[in-house]
Amino acid sequence: MTALLEVTGLSRQFGGLTAVKDVEFSVAEGEIFGLIGPNGAGKSTIFNLINGVLAPNTGRVVFGGADITGWAPYRVVRQGLARTHQIVRPLNDMTVLENCVVGACFGRDDMPLVRARDMAREILDFVGMADRADTLAQHLTIAHKKRLEVARALCARPRLLLLDEVLAGLNPTEVARMIDVFKAIRGRGIAILMIEHLMQAIMSLSDRVMVLNFGAKLAEGTPREVAEDPAVVEAYLGDPDIARKLMENG
Amino acid sequence: MRHPMFWLILAVTALFAGLPAIGGDVGLRETLFLAAVAIILASNLNLMIGYTGYVNFGNIVFFGLGGYFGVWLTVVQGWPLVVAVLAAGCAVSVVALLFGLGILRLRGAYFALATIGINEAVQALVSNLDVWGGSTGIYLSVAAYQALGGARQALWIVYFLVVAVMAASLFLSWRIRSSKFGLGLFAIREDEDAAAVLGVNPATYKAAIYSISGFLPAAAGALFFFKNGVIQPDQAFDLTLSTEAIVMLMLGGQGSVAGAALGAFLYEQLRGYLLTSPLFSDFHLVVAGLLLLGIVLFVPGGLMGWLTQRWPRLRGKLE
Repeated sequence: MTALLEVTGLSRQFGGLTAVKDVEFSVAEGEIFGLIGPNGAGKSTIFNLINGVLAPNTGRVVFGGADITGWAPYRVVRQGLARTHQIVRPLNDMTVLENCVVGACFGRDDMPLVRARDMAREILDFVGMADRADTLAQHLTIAHKKRLEVARALCARPRLLLLDEVLAGLNPTEVARMIDVFKAIRGRGIAILMIEHLMQAIMSLSDRVMVLNFGAKLAEGTPREVAEDPAVVEAYLGDPDIARKLMENG
Repeated sequence: MRHPMFWLILAVTALFAGLPAIGGDVGLRETLFLAAVAIILASNLNLMIGYTGYVNFGNIVFFGLGGYFGVWLTVVQGWPLVVAVLAAGCAVSVVALLFGLGILRLRGAYFALATIGINEAVQALVSNLDVWGGSTGIYLSVAAYQALGGARQALWIVYFLVVAVMAASLFLSWRIRSSKFGLGLFAIREDEDAAAVLGVNPATYKAAIYSISGFLPAAAGALFFFKNGVIQPDQAFDLTLSTEAIVMLMLGGQGSVAGAALGAFLYEQLRGYLLTSPLFSDFHLVVAGLLLLGIVLFVPGGLMGWLTQRWPRLRGKLE
């Protein structure tokens, strides 16, 4: 597999605090790559550095062969790298469909309105929100707002999707539904880089996992390798038996 | 089969142009002239406030600058009126683009303050600009109207041109609203950072709409002050009119093409009544202020917002 996203030597300081320190990893075409770690480990900052919300102090981000380090967010998404937000940011006074049309219109294909509308309807159907197309985004439940974030990002026709804690705050039924959506996204050949605290989900979905602690990489490997790593157990998982439990349930 | 909005705009334009022309009613023409100017100001302000979410408090600077360019080009340079009006629009759009690139990185109240600053700065500059007559401004002689076949006929021609600019404003608002460009603006209005993450380039979009929203008000300013016979800095860059344009827009409903026009028309009628009534003439602005306060507190969506809230099915049908 060739690397779709390659991050090397990525660092970012906020004043005296080093939020991300010399992080290096790559995501392959069609892969699901999990990013875990304690709160404040720098996971969301890495997303912001990749998609251009923040500029890194050092390091490079190469996506699909192009060096996108420091590109503005709107250019990054047009390159085929879309993201969702941890705290949902729906375009409140617009309908669900309009939210998705924005994603399609200004995404990778730069579509005209009519085609974007078809695309948006197709994606809404794909994530199971077709019946909400004409609802104002502000009237959605949190579960639907999260799904809208995913739908809107998918409308950009990304090659890589950054999912920032999409499962957080969902009830078990909603989690199960969302996981089905993730699997279907992978089925379309779209690679996923996901931040998640829900260990069972990330362990069962991810091909590879990276653990962050205090802004630096602590471990990387298959879910099993990572869960059995003593350093990870100590820093994040806590329970030495957790690897076995996670693998059994997953 | 065209969209109903197309026919609505056409009908309004026909009424504005036809009603005073049929009977040769000069009084009605003057009333509708002011209403048309109000609709032009409110509609173009709507592109900034209603579509993009940026409150342009100093919007009158476009009108005033357009007036200066227009009057100067016709009176001093001797250009034909229509050419001068279009040139005024272009000149102001270019100036707006330059201003916009400077101040559009500001958001919220800071942007609003900066727009007031621009209006005041331009007024101060023009007051000291000798080619434009400094603080005494530029006066038109009766000779200026000769090219249009005398003053009486010139007033009619200017009126029809203002109605044309009004029609153009309404069409522009409507076309932008249903375009991809408009969709990008709405996304910026709702959440600028989220819009950028979705692929909208906010800096370019904002600068473009700020510049576009200056063109037709500038054309209207050129026509208004040509008809007025004189242009002076304190009259051209009057912040009161800026504020009143905001009241019009809020009254009708920001974001809505019909709302901006309706609000402008209604407010202009109210203003006409207040200014001529012996009781209110001295404090018509007090009434405007109270009106704005009432709207913001009780019907933030204006008339159109109230209608669509009352009957949600209307959403999407009213534009």
